[in-house]
Amino acid sequence: MWRIESAAVIGAVARIVRDLGLAEEIAHDALIVALERWPVSGIPDNPGAWLVVTARRRAIDAVRRKRRLSEKQAALARELSLRHDGEEDSVERVALDEFGDDLLRLMFTACHPVLAAESRVALTLRLLGGLSTDEIARAFLVSESTIAQRIVRAKRTLSRAKVQFEVPQGAELAERLESVLGVIYLIYNEGYTATAGSAWMRPELCDEALRLGRMLAERTPAEPEVHGLVALMELQSSRARARAGSNGEPVMLLEQNRAAWDPLLIRRGLAALDRALKAGSVAGSYTLQAAIAACHARALTAEQTDWNEIARLYMLLGRVSPSPVIELNRAVAVSMASGPEAGLAILEAVATHPALQNYHHLPSVRGDILFKLGRLPEAREEFNRAAALTRNERERKLLLSRAQACLQV
Amino acid sequence: MRFMMLMIPAVYQGPGESPAAPTPEAIAEMSVYNEALVKAGILLAGDGLHPPEKGARVKFAAGRKPVISDGPFSEAKEVLGGFWMIQVRSKDEAVEWARRCPAGDGDVIEVRQVFEPADFES
Repeated sequence: MWRIESAAVIGAVARIVRDLGLAEEIAHDALIVALERWPVSGIPDNPGAWLVVTARRRAIDAVRRKRRLSEKQAALARELSLRHDGEEDSVERVALDEFGDDLLRLMFTACHPVLAAESRVALTLRLLGGLSTDEIARAFLVSESTIAQRIVRAKRTLSRAKVQFEVPQGAELAERLESVLGVIYLIYNEGYTATAGSAWMRPELCDEALRLGRMLAERTPAEPEVHGLVALMELQSSRARARAGSNGEPVMLLEQNRAAWDPLLIRRGLAALDRALKAGSVAGSYTLQAAIAACHARALTAEQTDWNEIARLYMLLGRVSPSPVIELNRAVAVSMASGPEAGLAILEAVATHPALQNYHHLPSVRGDILFKLGRLPEAREEFNRAAALTRNERERKLLLSRAQACLQV
Repeated sequence: MRFMMLMIPAVYQGPGESPAAPTPEAIAEMSVYNEALVKAGILLAGDGLHPPEKGARVKFAAGRKPVISDGPFSEAKEVLGGFWMIQVRSKDEAVEWARRCPAGDGDVIEVRQVFEPADFES
């Protein structure tokens, strides 16, 4: 139950005390009171509301006690106490959606750009995910004390920077939202790229990121990129069961058994993508990535993939967030849609980019295209080059066998 | 972890009567509950089922062809009315959500974890 309610309670208190550390303490105090009283009085019908009311009351007391009452704060305290007199009445009046804004405030605060990325992640998982320090530490393969310190320092940084506990408005919203989405996607990727058999927390990170994304989407329905990110995560998750072979080896998307793709998550992903496209006029980066994932999801077999559409989407994506890797992916899509010669032209145009010089996918893709063009000695050279660049043992073996195959045709 | 919350309405437990149509208040309350599941980011799917008298049962027996019978199912003690599938972090969390359902007198919600491939790994 605390997992369900903790973020809402912390958020509600933070709105009053404006200090995350204190908010967490007071929220925990309320929990302790609940644990003492409920075995006797029974669990209330709306435990969340009970906790919030209790925590708020303590928060108001804390504000009165700990701060000098400036006119503004006296008025605030009076206003709050007027609104919340009488425990029974208050619990009924606290509607579920009143928590919505507080959760949003909490999310924006925990992901504030003044914090380092890893601190935003730790704070978010802690305050919004309700994960313990130990769970977070295991997820990121660091020590518990590292995470504990990170969280303490993050709260201090927010305090010192006098970060307002509020949802940003107007011009600031876009940048701050980008930060929140970045944190959520970081958490997702941390879970997604985990190899099979590593720490058990990793798939749970994907689940947690998805949950946070869905929660955010509910509260910011007009923001297209939020729906875009949710769509991307739902669609990527839909392939989770097909990603690893029987020996735990990674299976490329085009070779995956599509019967193992989760139709429930595909349906949810496509629905979220639809919302993203309806909410905005120009598709953003997450929405475009989701649209590409949707192309794969809609194809019943690899052969039925709409490569023209994927190529077009990569072109749009390249305009929104230019990157040589995206251009490389576009080369692949174009070679599938219009033939290897066309793909090669795009690849050659981007091949000299410094960022790609140690990127094993570049020679790997070039090798594949040259193989399809029948230029086997050159293809072999590329596969060998790619094999030398990759650090993944399984991938290296695969590339070497492809190089070998060039000799046997 | 995924869990099914299987709604076994009081009306479907025992010799069948069609349930009366739910009151507007009951519908509103259930809407609020479903909204809460969505807002918490945990609802994956959920739907109500048409009543048993519109349904059919396929009963299997070794060495014989399956026997098909149309509803209502007078011999059945507990018949499903609807389901939710939620994504949560523990069985305790799933049970807590089930507890909060504005269900009627005598209704039962059975909470069952959904198998996922990870469960099959040793």
